[in-house]
Amino acid sequence: MEGSINLVGLGLSAIGPGVGIGLIFAAFISGVARQPEAQSRLQSIAILGFVLAEALFIITVALAFVLPL
Amino acid sequence: MSVTAALAAMTAVPAEEGSTFHPPGPSSFELPPIFGDVTKPMLLLTLSAVLVFGFFYLAARQSSLVPSRLQFAGETIYGFVRNTVARDNIGSEHYMKFVPYLFTLFSFILVNNYYGIIPFLQFPSFSRIGFIVPLALLSWLLFVGAGMWKHGPLGYLKHATMPSGVGGPILVLLVPLEFFSNIIIRPFTLTLRLFGNMFAGHLLLILFATGGAALLASGNVLYGAVGVLSFGLGIGVSFLEMLVMFLQAYVFTLLSAMYIGEALAEEH
Repeated sequence: MEGSINLVGLGLSAIGPGVGIGLIFAAFISGVARQPEAQSRLQSIAILGFVLAEALFIITVALAFVLPL
Repeated sequence: MSVTAALAAMTAVPAEEGSTFHPPGPSSFELPPIFGDVTKPMLLLTLSAVLVFGFFYLAARQSSLVPSRLQFAGETIYGFVRNTVARDNIGSEHYMKFVPYLFTLFSFILVNNYYGIIPFLQFPSFSRIGFIVPLALLSWLLFVGAGMWKHGPLGYLKHATMPSGVGGPILVLLVPLEFFSNIIIRPFTLTLRLFGNMFAGHLLLILFATGGAALLASGNVLYGAVGVLSFGLGIGVSFLEMLVMFLQAYVFTLLSAMYIGEALAEEH
């Protein structure tokens, strides 16, 4: 079997942001369910949290292709 | 470079003799020049400036109280950026100064991202990192400049690096950290986020399309069935990409507005 160990790291690094993004949107959905009129305020906060959690994975995507073996 | 080898292993295409399948990799983004030193992304970037200007010029040319369809579309986008991005994040006092920049930024990134799924163009120009760096630098200059305009150069540094209500020796630890995260890291994450999303998304689309084609052309019925599945997944990923493309344009603008708003905020 051949391949780059970087891509295993890429897969591993998807776990954390995946869990984090799930938690963020779970909180967003239950917040909107409790108080539908707060949706527009919650939406930008949720997307900000989503973006910050996702940044970790995106940095890894870049590094996985940039770093040598 | 074994990235390509790993991707080949992932697509599970039989490595038989005479197979012409080349798995996509970072080299798929290095397009040959069309003429001289001009490459496809450069032309697309220029085209996007023309498209954005042309669309909003036409939309705003005959503005009337009862809007035409074009005017309505233009005003919807403008209103979205002005109200939900700029005003909510910068505050109602200073936001109009930054709306032209944020609006231009949003429409420019949006058009360039959607190049990725428009037939025949099919290359998101921001999957080349060099095009994003100037945008991130502009945003960086703008929010640092806005903070210095509001608080004075030293006042802004204090505002950005010293959280209020914290005192004593913990500041020795906190000030360098805040300086690093608020001033140095921000343009890098802005750049990498847009680049990484566009790069990874386009790579995925290439993978499903070329892999599906190679499987269909392999001559084996079972491989062909998997090739059809691969095309189906490619279509699904295209829809996901349409969402991501909009979201990344929104997020780049939103973060720029948030940084400006934070730099302009009063001490509390």
